[in-house]
Amino acid sequence: MDILEYIKLVFSDYTLRTITLGTAILGGVTGMLGSFAVLRKQSLLGDAISHAALPGIALAFLITGSKDTNVLLIGALISGLVGTFWIRGITTKTHLKSDTALGLILSVFFGFGILLLTFIQKQPNANQAGLDKYLFGQAATLVESDVWLMSIITGLCLIVLLLFWKEFKILLFDKDYAHTLGFNVKFIDILITTFIVLAIVLGLQTVGVVLMSAMLLAPAAAARQWTNSLGIMVFLAAIIGAAAGVFGTAISSTQNNLSTGPVIVLVASVFVLFSFIFSPKRGLLFRQIRLIQNRNDLELQKTLTFMYHIVEDHEDVSHPHAIKILNNFQGYSRKGLQKLVSKNYVILQGEMWSLTPEGVEAATNMYNQNLKDE
Amino acid sequence: MSSAQLEIQLIASLVAIACAIPGTFLVLRKMAMISDAISHSILPGIVVGFFITQDLNSPLLILLAALTGVLTVVLVEKIQQTKLVKEDTAIGLVFPALFSIGVIMIAKYANDVHLDIDAVLLGELAFTPFDRIYYDGLDLGPKSLWVIGVILVLTLTLLFAFYKELKMSTFDAGLATSLGFSPAIIHYGLMSVASVTTVGAFDAVGAILVVALMIAPAASAYLLTTNLTKMIVLACFFGVFSAIAGYWAANYLDASIAGSIATMLGVVFFIVYLFAPSKGLIAVLYREKQQRIEVSLITFILHLKNHQEVEERHVNHLNEHINWQKVRSKTVLNLGLKNNLFIIDNDVVSLTEKGNEFTIKAIDYIITNEDAQIEDMKDDFFLFRG
Repeated sequence: MDILEYIKLVFSDYTLRTITLGTAILGGVTGMLGSFAVLRKQSLLGDAISHAALPGIALAFLITGSKDTNVLLIGALISGLVGTFWIRGITTKTHLKSDTALGLILSVFFGFGILLLTFIQKQPNANQAGLDKYLFGQAATLVESDVWLMSIITGLCLIVLLLFWKEFKILLFDKDYAHTLGFNVKFIDILITTFIVLAIVLGLQTVGVVLMSAMLLAPAAAARQWTNSLGIMVFLAAIIGAAAGVFGTAISSTQNNLSTGPVIVLVASVFVLFSFIFSPKRGLLFRQIRLIQNRNDLELQKTLTFMYHIVEDHEDVSHPHAIKILNNFQGYSRKGLQKLVSKNYVILQGEMWSLTPEGVEAATNMYNQNLKDE
Repeated sequence: MSSAQLEIQLIASLVAIACAIPGTFLVLRKMAMISDAISHSILPGIVVGFFITQDLNSPLLILLAALTGVLTVVLVEKIQQTKLVKEDTAIGLVFPALFSIGVIMIAKYANDVHLDIDAVLLGELAFTPFDRIYYDGLDLGPKSLWVIGVILVLTLTLLFAFYKELKMSTFDAGLATSLGFSPAIIHYGLMSVASVTTVGAFDAVGAILVVALMIAPAASAYLLTTNLTKMIVLACFFGVFSAIAGYWAANYLDASIAGSIATMLGVVFFIVYLFAPSKGLIAVLYREKQQRIEVSLITFILHLKNHQEVEERHVNHLNEHINWQKVRSKTVLNLGLKNNLFIIDNDVVSLTEKGNEFTIKAIDYIITNEDAQIEDMKDDFFLFRG
């Protein structure tokens, strides 16, 4: 199947269109909110919340007996929020650290959820089938109304984000300052946390509990590498998340037996890897190149300085010297020397070198600068 | 109680102890989430092991899975060393990716074997007695019992052999290094034990319960003691208690044993979290309230010291002036009276000699703000004691 055919199919096929749209929107909203989670150093909160949502789903089903997505999501939202605020209670009121609190809530809530799910399964005539799709997520079960729900919540997120942009930004980077400015820090805090929980709950159905945390983190971590501005980062993260959703769906739809959630996560991971390596300012590749460049520059300066020191007391600065002398200082390489020649700092004549006037000037300046630095 | 029930409880208890020991150190070293990451990312190791051996019972599976666990730790550290993201983000990036690879490999190539993700994540303790080891036709007991037994013996041996090193590197990494213990070896040793324990236990109890058993008992124990040995013992006790209580609860509800044990661990933690003496929520809130009152009292007597005029020292005026509610001012007044810091005569408050002295000391402390000053004051400051 070639690309054009696939694109045509996305527009004509109901299931494929719904899933593509759904995962794209999901990727967008998790990327957007994930930026805040990452910058607030709450990266693993997503992991904890997505697990903590499970008992809510089970309880909502137990209480209402309904399998309606919205009812279950409300249950998930409530138990996710309970989990989040209990995590906060543990870290603020006891000396347990956040990682312990996260792991504790994650595993205990999830265990409780499993207990409830298996309890429901054993109930006679309970129509529980399908509840466990929330464990691993099944993008294929998305229907148009789910996509509408996602769009509405994404829109809501966007509006709140724009309305409280300044507050969010200040809270993110200088909480105390926000406090002194008179902002209701607690309210803004709860607002952003609620939206993060909401986004996670939305994703449960599509990518499942385990992979949701990656959806929250990966686009944000990738976007972070390309910019230092919050606005651009949020925007980029949303784009990357949506792209991961679209590409992941495309790849998984071309093969049998390839669940969508894990593929989306892997695509997002590839984005992260790419950003880690190729981002111009922070990326590993350019960092390495810069490192080598700096080292070469330093090497060159070193050689030039040694040469200068040798000729310093000489009456005629351009008097030729044997290359061997440099060996005494372990201060040159043939390549470096060639470079100095090409910069017109040094003239090579057989085994002898001499400084040009430009070379002397450059070396003097460097020397002065070094002195100044000291 | 049938022998199968007994065996299940025994396995669960052994898993609880085997998890609580490395778990205690993970909690103390602020690496609790690593156990979550390991428990998920061992999946591809298991799948690859299965491809190679075509046998779900092969020890190679455990070895490869444990190696994947250590690989996770190494990857997280490598990513962290690039300084591109923080440690928790690194964890959150690594394990879902590895887990995804595992899920995809299962879905693509191993769909028809009994290696579904549910079993890996959730485990099924109830089935452990059926998978037995026979030697020469002789029943040697459940396989899980042997696996976790060996791991527990190994863990205990390492714990006793390297207790001092572990303790020192956990609480003072710098000192440990300067004394010549390599923190890297201890770190990776601990990670390897955690990884092997996770792999050994997940077959029986599932990945999520392993995480619960590692973190929850240690967290509960941490709220009750500051002594490492006591913390380990308490964590083991909480683990075993929850395992057995959880088993019977599951029996009663006819539900997942692993889920029930995890829930029980949560209940135990919740009780400790609320009622732990001195570190529990109630104790902390009570202490915070007392401290607030103490601070109020100090503000109050500073006000008294500053004002000699009678009208400034009238009880009602003080209420209005410092803007306290009735109840609060009453508490403060009573506390001051009880400590003989002032007397009330005709609704006018005046400092006693002791109160005067105390105020001077307090002002001294506030002005200099030196810790030495507060040292001799401490006994006076904590007014609720006397």
